[in-house]
Amino acid sequence: MTTATDTTTTPTSQRSSTEQEPPKDWRGVAAEDRDDIPDNVGLLLRDRSRRLLGSLLRPHRKVLWLVLGVVLVENGARLAIPYLVKEGIDRGIPPMVAGDGSRTLVVIVAIVGVAVIVQTVARMAFLLITGRIGQQVLLELRRRVFRHFQRLSTAFHDRYTSGRVISRSTSDVDAIEEMLDTGFDGLVNAVLTLLGTAILLLWLDFKLGLVALIAFPFLTWLTRWFRRQSAKAYRRTRETVAAVIVHFVESMTGIRAVQAFRREPRNEEIFAEVNDEYRAANERAFRLHGLFMPGIKLIGNMTIGLVLLYGAYRAFHGQVTVGVLAAFLIYLRAFFEPMQEISQFYNTFQSASAALEKLSGVLEEKPDVPEPAQPRPLSQARGEIGFDRVTFGYVADRPVLASLDLQVPAGQTIAVVGATGAGKTTIAKLVSRFYDPTAGVVTLDGIDLRDLDDATLRRHIVMVTQENFVFAGTIADNIRFGRPGASVDEVRAAADAIGAHDFIAALPEGYDTRVESRGARLSAGQRQLVAFARAFLADPAVLILDEATSSLDVPSERLVQRALRTILAERTAIIIAHRLSTVEIADRVLVLEHGEVVEDGAPAQLVARTDGRFAGLHQAWVDSLA
Amino acid sequence: MMASAAITGVFVSIAIPLVTKAIIDGPISDHDQGGILPLGLLALALGIVEAALILIRRWVQARAVLGVETAIRDDLYAHLDSLPMAFHSRWQSGQLLSRVTIDLSAIRRFSGFGMLFLVINILQLLVVTALLLHLYWPLGVVVACAAVPIILLSLTFERRYVKVSRRVQDQQGDVATQVEESTLGIRVIKAFGRADLAYDKFDSHATRLYHSQLAKVRLAARFWTFLEVLPNLALVVVLLLGAMAVGNGSLTPGALVAFITLMLSLVWPMASLGVILSMAQEAMTAADRVLEIFDTAPSIVGGDRVLSHPAGRLRFEGVAFRFDDSDTDVLHDVDLDVRPGETVAVVGATGSGKTVLTALVPRLYDPTAGRVTIDGVDVRDLTLPCLRRTVATAFEEPTLFSMSARENLTLGRPDASDEDVAEALRVAQAEFVHELPWGLDTRIGEQGMSLSGGQRQRLALARAVLAKPRVLVLDDTLSALDVHTEALVEEALRAVLSDATGIVVAHRASTVLLADKVALLQGGTITHVGTHRELLDTVPAYKHLLAADAEDADPSLVAASSADSRWTRARYGADELATSDGSAGRR
Repeated sequence: MTTATDTTTTPTSQRSSTEQEPPKDWRGVAAEDRDDIPDNVGLLLRDRSRRLLGSLLRPHRKVLWLVLGVVLVENGARLAIPYLVKEGIDRGIPPMVAGDGSRTLVVIVAIVGVAVIVQTVARMAFLLITGRIGQQVLLELRRRVFRHFQRLSTAFHDRYTSGRVISRSTSDVDAIEEMLDTGFDGLVNAVLTLLGTAILLLWLDFKLGLVALIAFPFLTWLTRWFRRQSAKAYRRTRETVAAVIVHFVESMTGIRAVQAFRREPRNEEIFAEVNDEYRAANERAFRLHGLFMPGIKLIGNMTIGLVLLYGAYRAFHGQVTVGVLAAFLIYLRAFFEPMQEISQFYNTFQSASAALEKLSGVLEEKPDVPEPAQPRPLSQARGEIGFDRVTFGYVADRPVLASLDLQVPAGQTIAVVGATGAGKTTIAKLVSRFYDPTAGVVTLDGIDLRDLDDATLRRHIVMVTQENFVFAGTIADNIRFGRPGASVDEVRAAADAIGAHDFIAALPEGYDTRVESRGARLSAGQRQLVAFARAFLADPAVLILDEATSSLDVPSERLVQRALRTILAERTAIIIAHRLSTVEIADRVLVLEHGEVVEDGAPAQLVARTDGRFAGLHQAWVDSLA
Repeated sequence: MMASAAITGVFVSIAIPLVTKAIIDGPISDHDQGGILPLGLLALALGIVEAALILIRRWVQARAVLGVETAIRDDLYAHLDSLPMAFHSRWQSGQLLSRVTIDLSAIRRFSGFGMLFLVINILQLLVVTALLLHLYWPLGVVVACAAVPIILLSLTFERRYVKVSRRVQDQQGDVATQVEESTLGIRVIKAFGRADLAYDKFDSHATRLYHSQLAKVRLAARFWTFLEVLPNLALVVVLLLGAMAVGNGSLTPGALVAFITLMLSLVWPMASLGVILSMAQEAMTAADRVLEIFDTAPSIVGGDRVLSHPAGRLRFEGVAFRFDDSDTDVLHDVDLDVRPGETVAVVGATGSGKTVLTALVPRLYDPTAGRVTIDGVDVRDLTLPCLRRTVATAFEEPTLFSMSARENLTLGRPDASDEDVAEALRVAQAEFVHELPWGLDTRIGEQGMSLSGGQRQRLALARAVLAKPRVLVLDDTLSALDVHTEALVEEALRAVLSDATGIVVAHRASTVLLADKVALLQGGTITHVGTHRELLDTVPAYKHLLAADAEDADPSLVAASSADSRWTRARYGADELATSDGSAGRR
């Protein structure tokens, strides 16, 4: 590895170099791992997570107060029971031994009965209410995350990658769910039991209580140690399992290349490696539990032993009753039992808070392409597009377009040609408002695109791109995506118009054929035809075709072009041309070079220019066919 | 070792309340101060032993259980690697992933904790109940009676809970699918402004999930409450009867305290039975799902012949192919003979089976009839490493892994030298790799540098060239390249192809010109073989597919503008005014 890599290596490669293993250079070096959180922003993140949590819980504020009441009642009833047992033993038994009957005992037992009923009702209410709130919070979170990801610009999605979006929306939400399901209940009970027991023990017998509370500092220390260590261990297991998943998914989705290039042994080697790292991380987490759980047990048992010893001594001297001793032992047991669960809780808590951090980060990501506060209405669009001194760059100091002026009158079809990187696709993306210009204005019928709300904009401007995503469902559904209300006949007409009808009709169930798992069986060309039909059905005033015919075979392309000729007649169209064949249907050609229009005119006119770039290209092209 | 530690632990934990009883009934009642200390110390010692036993158990367990899980995962991965394309196109990778992660963890959880605790808990229940009966049998009977409904209810609960959980799991899968689809299709959704449509679809699934979750919450709330309350009810009865028994002298106070403590120690083992049983159920289903994959025998296994110096004569003899879930042939009666060093272009309409044809050579699929031979040997008789060393394919949709560029390139030849890599990059016009921030060490693929379609294709091409195969298959590898680059690539490829046997899938005339002869694929079979010129002159269908002439097109198009005839004439040659390709992937 070069020196440059050392400063930016991923955790994996850093570790490997310190451990003197052969470096894992198969993984390569990437500029940033966006999921990694530097320590100094940790505080900010916690703030952000808290804000998110607060905003999710705020609608349930009143109910939460109720929950608090219920939980206090429940714990009160639960903690009262051992005390009542003590009363039973100390007050109920002596009268009976003395032959005075069992009245006191019956009264005490009746009170225990009442306490049990109160506990039942409160417990049930608590579980139902918190369960409901938890699920509502989750539903809201799911909705918010989904909506937000849909709202974020394509620029964000390009950067963030689909895999991460999916894992944010699924496994991170699941992690929070797990905490709500089990962790919350456990935590509330553990804390209340802790406090309640401490108070009761001191109140029952101060000296014996103090002995019992000796356990506290040890418990606190052990728990804190565990929390710190498990946070690290936990992060490590998440990292390693992510590596396992990434490698697994990639090699399974790319199995064709894996098998064709005899990659299996090497892949198995790599998999064994990441898998073993995952095992090691898990083992470390296991071991931590393996120390923590017996540690708690040890402290618990020692406390019980000490209380027994000291209590017996005091009971011997008549300073405490046998009942008090019994109550102490029951309380201590009830006290240490939930402590065992705390380790489980930490696990879910760690994963949930990590998830919350990531989700809150995403939710605070501002859309680069915001909706206007006061949208301007535009019910009918003529389709006139204007660029007024538009400057745009994907990175700050490298403008792709610089102060571009362009007027496309309504109904005109223009073709944009130029080398890769000349800015053709950028023009398409600005018109369809996937991005906003850094300076200047893009207009539709004289209105700044930023003043139109999304629904209006998309009704008038539609773009067909190279990547033609096919959604699960039938072919008809996929075409209908262009206009959800369209009838079967309209769908068919659209398909027919662009020459997709023949291949669709030949499918087993025609238009009702389901495109299983992302159109696995449709060829790239067929997907492109479906995308075309979709766009035609949408019937926009402005149609943008970004290299939309690249995967078509020649006859299909011819059909599409014939259809385009009629369909584009009364609309504005911007065709980003990869192949010059597409250009023939244009009224006007723009030749772009480094973001500037260097030639502009009717195709015939440009070809006729003796020294023109377009003419030159065209000549080279004709020559190449000889 | 693990089990004995666990079982000893049970007995130790039971012994502690008994010591309590001994103290209360012994020294305290008998006013024997000297007896307190030894018994108290005994309780402490027992406490330490118990904790130590848990420690030992856990540490032993960790290694054993995780080792098994890791080994199964490795095996599963290796097995999946050997399963054919037909299997992988049937199974979505998400389904496989859930087996490798979630299912294996379920098995691990049960075999690690569940099984052990099932035994421990039952043992503890039995021993403690016996002890309680022994201490004071009327109360023991009360406790035993309370245990019966708990166990019965746990079992019914477990059945219902499993059902609800399964439903929740399925619906979680549906929600995830919606998320996945709307994420992958985000650009289309945005282009058509269909965010609301996508949201509604997602929301209906999310809401359905919410309702199932609520049902689960309600069920669980009832059950957990019951589990916690029933022991307390038993406590009420025990207290009443026990105190009375102490009152009439049939029970000592120490015994009552021990009794209550012991009884309370049964709460957790009983309550967890339901959970453990559902864990067992889960593990069983998980094991089924995993075995389903292990039981799928790889249908494409290598033969035992090795060609040490293959010449590269490739023949298709009466080859037919159909997907196993389909009832029509994609290919039938395909005959084709490619001499060593010769290059054949395969031309056909969209969806005519060109890709399948090329996939038969490296045995990504096997033909359903006929055979494919290299140097006269059926490819099924060759060992897979030998076959796939002889044949390399550059796919139209290139697969890049999130690994370094070098690792991606040397997929087929891990021992390639830097010079070899540089040479392959030159041939594929993929020298942009050197300009990536970390050169060949830059991570590319989904989690690394994003590359354009054309760049990806060139890397895939470089990968195939680097493998130095005797038979090189190019599956429309140049479709995303601009014309300038394409010309350069073709120029460089000519040299490579003059050496190797080549099959080139093409739908542009420029690519076809790389080949010595052309095979026209129509209706699932090869109808014509000849040179580009011959076919162009004699086969109308071929002309229709690749013609650069205007006559074939709709005359009205030609008439549409003065430039049209020239446009149409020039249609299938150079396409783009390409000069350079920008710097790699940086925006």
